[in-house]
Amino acid sequence: MSQPGVTRRQAFERRQKRRSVLIAFTSTVIVIGLVVALVPQTPGWYKVKRSFFDGAVLSDTFAKLLSAFVKDIQIFLWCAPCILIWGMTLAVCRSVRTPALFPLRLFAAAYTDIFRGIPVILTILLVGFGVPGLGLHRPWNSPYLWGSVALVLAYSSYVAEVFRAGIESVHESQRAGARSLGLSSGQTLRYVIIPQAVRRVIPPLMNDFVSLQKDVALISLIGPIEILRQAGIDKSKYANFTPYVGAAIIFLLLTIPETRFVDHLMTRERRRTSGTAVR
Amino acid sequence: MNIESKISLQEVRKSFGSRHVLNGITLDINQSEVIAFIGSSGSGKSTLLRCVNLLEAIDDGAILLDGIDISEPGINPDPFRRRIGMVFQNFNLFPHMTVLENIALAPRKVLGQSKNEANDHARELIGRLGLSDRADGYPDQLSGGQQQRVAIARSLAMNPEVMLLDEITSALDPELVGEVLDVVRELKSNGMTMLLATHEMGFAREISDRVCFLHQGQVLECSPPAEFFSRPQHERTQQFLQRVTDAGRL
Repeated sequence: MSQPGVTRRQAFERRQKRRSVLIAFTSTVIVIGLVVALVPQTPGWYKVKRSFFDGAVLSDTFAKLLSAFVKDIQIFLWCAPCILIWGMTLAVCRSVRTPALFPLRLFAAAYTDIFRGIPVILTILLVGFGVPGLGLHRPWNSPYLWGSVALVLAYSSYVAEVFRAGIESVHESQRAGARSLGLSSGQTLRYVIIPQAVRRVIPPLMNDFVSLQKDVALISLIGPIEILRQAGIDKSKYANFTPYVGAAIIFLLLTIPETRFVDHLMTRERRRTSGTAVR
Repeated sequence: MNIESKISLQEVRKSFGSRHVLNGITLDINQSEVIAFIGSSGSGKSTLLRCVNLLEAIDDGAILLDGIDISEPGINPDPFRRRIGMVFQNFNLFPHMTVLENIALAPRKVLGQSKNEANDHARELIGRLGLSDRADGYPDQLSGGQQQRVAIARSLAMNPEVMLLDEITSALDPELVGEVLDVVRELKSNGMTMLLATHEMGFAREISDRVCFLHQGQVLECSPPAEFFSRPQHERTQQFLQRVTDAGRL
């Protein structure tokens, strides 16, 4: 028997929703309860608690960590556009079929193979210690500069592959549609293929940029005092690991909203350009 | 060769690997003439149209537009494609652009029209094709018939001299076919030269000046529709028309 003003389907969906909320809530409470109850039972818990979750150390060091994190954000902000531009350039080079530009294709292919195959940390160490070893003078021996260059080298190879996959995923019929109108192959790439490719690869691209945000911390190995380095200094000062936890929290404060924001953008874009959604 | 002809196909050959799709097609198409290519799937209809638009390079023979060989290997196809519009079975609209942007893109980028000029012309076309309220919608928000009309408008925006229509109603629901065919009728009344590949026998009969039957990459028979459908000369044509009649499509 349905309630007045409510269709059978609506009544069913309400019951379903109530049920799933209840199940989700109960299982969450049980899992969290178990963790909270069991972890402190472990023999080493009091030591871990003291050296990783010391509230006093956290409040002493947090502000300094936060201001060191500004450095990470700066490095990220100047690396990201360079990576996008250089990555797209490489991807376009690899998609070009003109024989005259074959050397470019070869270069782009070799480049992506090499930098995708080297751990980021090695690229940073090699570039960060190697290039200033050429005897360059200030400001050209700055670890910020060469650390950033290393990040751009490494990440542009990942991003190039993402872009290339996007370019190749655009169906051939789009190219036919554009070329049949008299657009040149360059115009087709620019106005038809790349805009669609970029839209499609935004989620994987964001993954790469969240990784980049984290890998900026690797630059600390060649000198700059950014958040990881600062946390290391504080760790030694207080003989306590809590600053690392503080640094982790700061990273999360940035990366979680970042990913949620992009999800939101993607959903909005899909709703804007497509017809009705399938349930 | 007929000097007057708008398009002249001379012994056109095309193969994909070892598969010979076009086996020497020769045909002269006059200004304002409408030719319907019919034939079973794989007979080469679509390939022929794609070759005329230079989307596929032919292996041998020649395609002439106003007496100029546009199929010469190594020639830049873009200036000719501008003059030859093509509409595809699956519309091939750009999904990231609105209807208006789809139509105005090529006039702006290829013909160098200003944004206002191109948009005005696009709006005029959209109005003519009965899509005024859809100008700012995206292709995925339109019905198939509307999408195909947008695709035709996009082609017309370049003021082509010839239109190639590649099974433009094959992907449409039956009740949407009519609105697209109305547009083609209008084009014919304006004197557009058209080559169409189609499975719509009734429409081919109504609209074309000549119907050409393609079989295994060859034109077996080409004649005015009244003659073609009532007195097919070639045995293959008779068989094909018989099958179509049996299927209730004629």
